[in-house]
Amino acid sequence: MGEEDYYLELCERPVQFEKANPVNCVFFDEANKQVFAVRSGGATGVVVKGPDDRNPISFRMDDKGEVKCIKFSLENKILAVQRTSKTVDFCNFIPDNSQLEYTQECKTKNANILGFCWTSSTEIVFITDQGIEFYQVLPEKRSLKLLKSHNLNVNWYMYCPESAVILLSTTVLENVLQPFHFRAGTMSKLPKFEIELPAAPKSTKPSLSERDIAMATIYGQLYVLFLRHHSRTSNSTGAEVVLYHLPREGACKKMHILKLNRTGKFALNVVDNLVVVHHQDTETSVIFDIKLRGEFDGSVTFHHPVLPARSIQPYQIPIAGPAAVTTQSPVPCKLYSSSWIVFQPDIIISASQVLSESDRASLPVIATVFDKLNHEYKKYLDAEQSYAMAVEAGQSRSSPLLKRPVRTQAVLDQSDVYTHVLSAFVEKKEMPHKFVIAVLMEYIRSLNQFQIAVQHYLHELVIKTLVQHNLFYMLHQFLQYHVLSDSKPLACLLLSLESFYPPAHQLSLDMLKRLSTANDEIVEVLLSKHQVLAALRFIRGIGGHDNISARKFLDAAKQTEDNMLFYTIFRFFEQRNQRLRGSPNFTPGEHCEEHVAFFKQIFGDQALMRPTTF
Amino acid sequence: MAAAAAGAGSGPWAAQEKQFPPALLSFFIYNPGFGPREGEEENKILFYHPNEVEKNEKIRNVGLCEAIVQFTRTFSPSKPAKSLHTQKNRQFFNEPEGNFWMVMVVRNPIIEKQSKDGKPVIEYQEEELLDKVYSSVLQQCYSMYKLFNGTFLKAMEDGGVKLLKERLEKFFHRYLQTLHLQSCDLLDIFGGISFFPLDKMTYLKIQSFINRMEESLNIVKYTAFLYNDQLIWSGLEQDDMRILYKYLTTSLFPRHIEPELAGRDSPIRAEMPGNLQHYGRFLTGPLNLNDPDAKCRFPKIFVNTDDTYEELHLIVYKAMSAAVCFMIDASIHPTLDFCRRLDSIVGPQLTVLASDICEQFNINKRMSGSEKEPQFKFIYFNHMNLAEKSTVHMRKTPSVSLTSVHPDLMKILGDINSDFTRVDEDEEIIVKAMSDYWVVGKKSDRRELYVILNQKNANLIEVNEEVKKLCATQFNNIFFLD
Repeated sequence: MGEEDYYLELCERPVQFEKANPVNCVFFDEANKQVFAVRSGGATGVVVKGPDDRNPISFRMDDKGEVKCIKFSLENKILAVQRTSKTVDFCNFIPDNSQLEYTQECKTKNANILGFCWTSSTEIVFITDQGIEFYQVLPEKRSLKLLKSHNLNVNWYMYCPESAVILLSTTVLENVLQPFHFRAGTMSKLPKFEIELPAAPKSTKPSLSERDIAMATIYGQLYVLFLRHHSRTSNSTGAEVVLYHLPREGACKKMHILKLNRTGKFALNVVDNLVVVHHQDTETSVIFDIKLRGEFDGSVTFHHPVLPARSIQPYQIPIAGPAAVTTQSPVPCKLYSSSWIVFQPDIIISASQVLSESDRASLPVIATVFDKLNHEYKKYLDAEQSYAMAVEAGQSRSSPLLKRPVRTQAVLDQSDVYTHVLSAFVEKKEMPHKFVIAVLMEYIRSLNQFQIAVQHYLHELVIKTLVQHNLFYMLHQFLQYHVLSDSKPLACLLLSLESFYPPAHQLSLDMLKRLSTANDEIVEVLLSKHQVLAALRFIRGIGGHDNISARKFLDAAKQTEDNMLFYTIFRFFEQRNQRLRGSPNFTPGEHCEEHVAFFKQIFGDQALMRPTTF
Repeated sequence: MAAAAAGAGSGPWAAQEKQFPPALLSFFIYNPGFGPREGEEENKILFYHPNEVEKNEKIRNVGLCEAIVQFTRTFSPSKPAKSLHTQKNRQFFNEPEGNFWMVMVVRNPIIEKQSKDGKPVIEYQEEELLDKVYSSVLQQCYSMYKLFNGTFLKAMEDGGVKLLKERLEKFFHRYLQTLHLQSCDLLDIFGGISFFPLDKMTYLKIQSFINRMEESLNIVKYTAFLYNDQLIWSGLEQDDMRILYKYLTTSLFPRHIEPELAGRDSPIRAEMPGNLQHYGRFLTGPLNLNDPDAKCRFPKIFVNTDDTYEELHLIVYKAMSAAVCFMIDASIHPTLDFCRRLDSIVGPQLTVLASDICEQFNINKRMSGSEKEPQFKFIYFNHMNLAEKSTVHMRKTPSVSLTSVHPDLMKILGDINSDFTRVDEDEEIIVKAMSDYWVVGKKSDRRELYVILNQKNANLIEVNEEVKKLCATQFNNIFFLD
C-alpha cells in the first residue's frame, strides 16, 4: 500500500514544450487548451500544441516586440497577439484570406488592456482596467467591429470558456465580481456579487486574490469557487472552498462550502463534476462531490472530502522533456513539487479506479467509494421507480412534471460494477483472497445498506471465489445468516457443490423450502437421493400428493432395491387410486404396467389391493 | 423406582436415602508401544490420575485396558471396545492418535440406603450412565489438550516422552478438576455451537468490521466474533472453532464475568483501568495497558493439526457483550505497543458495534414477537453446522449445567440419540415417560430435534400435532420433514 494508492492520474499523453526562458515564452490558452511556445518573439517560430492535437501547429511571425498574450480563436481561425498595453494584433489563419496582420486599439481612452478572450471563432473581448469591449472580427476585411462595451474599474478578470462567462474583479477590495455572459454576438451583464473576505489583521489590507478564485461547470451549473484560507468563523480552523452558484438568470448565491480541514497552499481542479483540491504541503489531493449529502444549515451545505487525501499518481514523462503539461483550468499546480505543472486528470473517479488503478486501496476507502456510488445508484433507482409508477398511473408522458430520470455518469449499477470492476478484480491472482472476499462483502454490505436488492450474479461471484479457495465453512456461515439471498439458481449452484462439501445439500434444500415456489425441485432432489419416502411425505405435507406422477415415485422406489419400500409406495398409490377413482388399479395413462408386474412378481397377485365393493 | 426419589431431599425417604452422583475414579493415558517387554510396563504410562495410586496398581489397570481392547479387536478389528460396564464403574477407551490410548473410569451413581438393622446398603445404579455422553467427554478432553498443546506426536517430536509427559501433567492436572461428570448430558454429545440470531444488515456490518480490523492489524490470521457467548463469525475451520467455542464459553468468559457484572464504576472494575472512550478490554494478555511492565503473553493454540498444523496466539478482546478473538501466528510476538494499537483501533469500534447489535436484536425480537418463551422444552442440533439450541438448559456455567427438566428425561433424550445413531435414515421416536411427560425425538437430514411435552392426558396423535406446530413456528425456514 502507501505510495500506490491514487485516485488521480495525469493524462496519458502530456503536451510537451520547450522550457520557458528569456528567448522562449510559454503561454496557455484555457479556451482551446493550447500551449504556445513563442521563440524570440515569433521570429524563430511559434509552436502550438493542444491535448488532442497529434500534429502541433507551427508557424513564424515577425518579431514586433515582446508577446504579452497569444491565443487562437475557436477552430484556430484567427490568431490574436497582444504586444502592447493598448493594442492587439490579428492574423488570419483561414485559407484564401490575407495573412497580413491587422491591429485593433482599445476604444477607451487611457485604458490598458489586461488581456483578451475569444468567445467564438470570430468574436473577441478585450478586458481593460476600465471596462470590457466586445468586438466582432471581420477577417476578410481585416478589421474589427465594436459590438458592445461596458465601463467599470477592473482589477483582474477570469474567463470560463465552457460557459462563455467573464468575471471581472472590481472595487478596492477586489471582492465584488461582475459576471458577463457572451452568446452569438450579444453580451449580457449578470448581477454582480460580493465575495465575503475572511477577517484579516488590521495592518494588512484584505483583498481578493485572483489565485483564490476559479470558475467551473459542475453538474451542468456554473460555479465560482473561492478558496478561503481562513474560515470566517473563528472556531473552525483550516481553509475551505466556497461555491457560489451563478445561474443564467437571477442572482449569484452561496451554495456549498467544502471543508478542507487543513491550511497551506492549495490548487483547485474540477474533474468529472468533482472538485479536486490539491494541497502542496502534504502533496495530496482531496475530492469533493457536491451531489452527495452534506450538512445543511439552512442556506449553505457543508461538505467533507469524499475520500481520504491521496497523492496524484507519480507521473513519468514518456520522452525526456523539459516539462509536462496539459490543463483544463488555468490554475498552475506544482504537482506538489517545483516544476511548473498544470494538469488535467480526466479519468473517472470510480470504484474501478480505486480497485484496478491503485494497486491496493484500504477497505475503509473502498467502503466509502461503494457507499457513495450506491447512494447515487439508489437515488436513480428511486427516481426510475417513481417515474414508472407515475406513467402507470396514467400521467401523460408530455406532462412537464413528468421527466424521465437522467442517468448521469455517477450512476454505476450492479452489472456495471460486476462486469467492469469485480469480475476482473477477483481474477487478479496476486490479490490475497481474503482481501478479494472482503471487497465483495463490502459491496454487498453497501448495497444492503441502501436497500438495493443484490443481483444473484454477485452472490455467485462470492460463492465462486469462496469455493475456489476451499472456504466452504465461510460460505456456510454466510448462507446461515442469509447474506446470500435465496434464489433457485443459487440453490442449484449449491446442489452442484455437494460432492465437494456435503452440507451444501442441506443448505440447498433449506433454500428451496424458503422460496416456497420450488416444491417440484425439492421432490426431484429427494428422489435423486433415493429418499422416496421423504419426498412423498413432503408432497403430502403440502397437500400436493393427488397430482404427482405415480410412475416417477415407483421408478425411484424400484431403484432403491428395497422391496419393502417399493411395497409401501405402491400401496400408497393404490390407495390414492381408490380414493380418487374408486378403484385401486392404475389407469393406462399412468404407464405403471411395468411396476404392477414387478409388484406381482415379488409379492404375488394376491397382494394387490382389492377394489372395495359396496 | 429409583427415579421417584432422585434428587429429592425432602421426600419421605430422605432420612434413609443418600445419593451420590457419578464421579471420576481414574484417568490415564498410555502407549502400549513404549514398554512392550515384561518389567518395562511402567514406561507405557504417560499420565495417571490420581497420581497417588501405587505403581503396580497403575500397571495392572493399564494392562487390563490393553487386554480388553486387544480381546475385542478379535471380533471387530476396526472398532474395538469403546467402554466396559461393571457393577461399580464404567471405563471409556479412546485412541485419539495411533497407539495412544486415553482411559476414563467413572464410578456409577450410588444410592445409599438404610437397611432395617441400620446398616447402610450401597446400591450402584449400573444403567444410569450413557456411553455416548462420557465417550464424548473423553474425546473432548483430547480436543482441549490438542487445542492448547498440539498433538501427542508433535510433543514426541519436539522433546520425546519426557516433554509429552510434562505437557500432559501440566494440562490434565488442572483440566480434570473442571470436569463435572454429574452434569454431562446430550449437549456434550453434540458439542455444538450456539449461534447468535441476527439480521442480515447487522451481520454484514460485523463482517465489515472484522475485515477492516484484519486489514489494519495486518498480522491477524483468523478472527472469531461472539456476542452474548454465542457465535456470529468464525474464521477458523468448524472443528477447531467447536473446541475453541467450548473453551471460551465454559472457561474463559465465565472467569471474567464478575467484573463485567459489576459495571464500570465499581471497585472491582477500577482495578483494571480501562480507557474512558470505550469499553474494550483484553480477556487474554495485558490487564493494564498503562503499565509499562505489563506482560503481553497470550495463550497459544494449535489449529488445523491434520494438515497445516498452525500455532497461534489467541487474543481475546471484549467490549460489553461482544467478544472478538484475534489469532496471530505464534512466530510473531505481540508487543505492548501492538496491544495498545489494537485497543485504540478495536476498542471504540467494537463498543459501537456491540450497542448496535444489542439494539438491532431488541428490535428484531419485538418485531417477531417471540418474547414469550415457547411452552415446549426442546433441544435442536444440526450436525452440518453444529448449530445447537436448547430451551432445556438455562445456563451453562463451568461448574454445573442447570437444566430445567428432570434428569430422567435427559436420560431418555440420550437414549433416543443413541437409537438415532444406529441408522442413517430419518426417523422419529415418541416416548411416554413415567412422569406423564411425552418425549419426542425427530431426525431429518442430519438434524435432530428433541421435544419434551408436559401434557398429561394427551394421546399420540395430539402429541404429534403439537410437535408439528412447534416445527412450523420455530423451524419454518429450514427443510425439516414432519
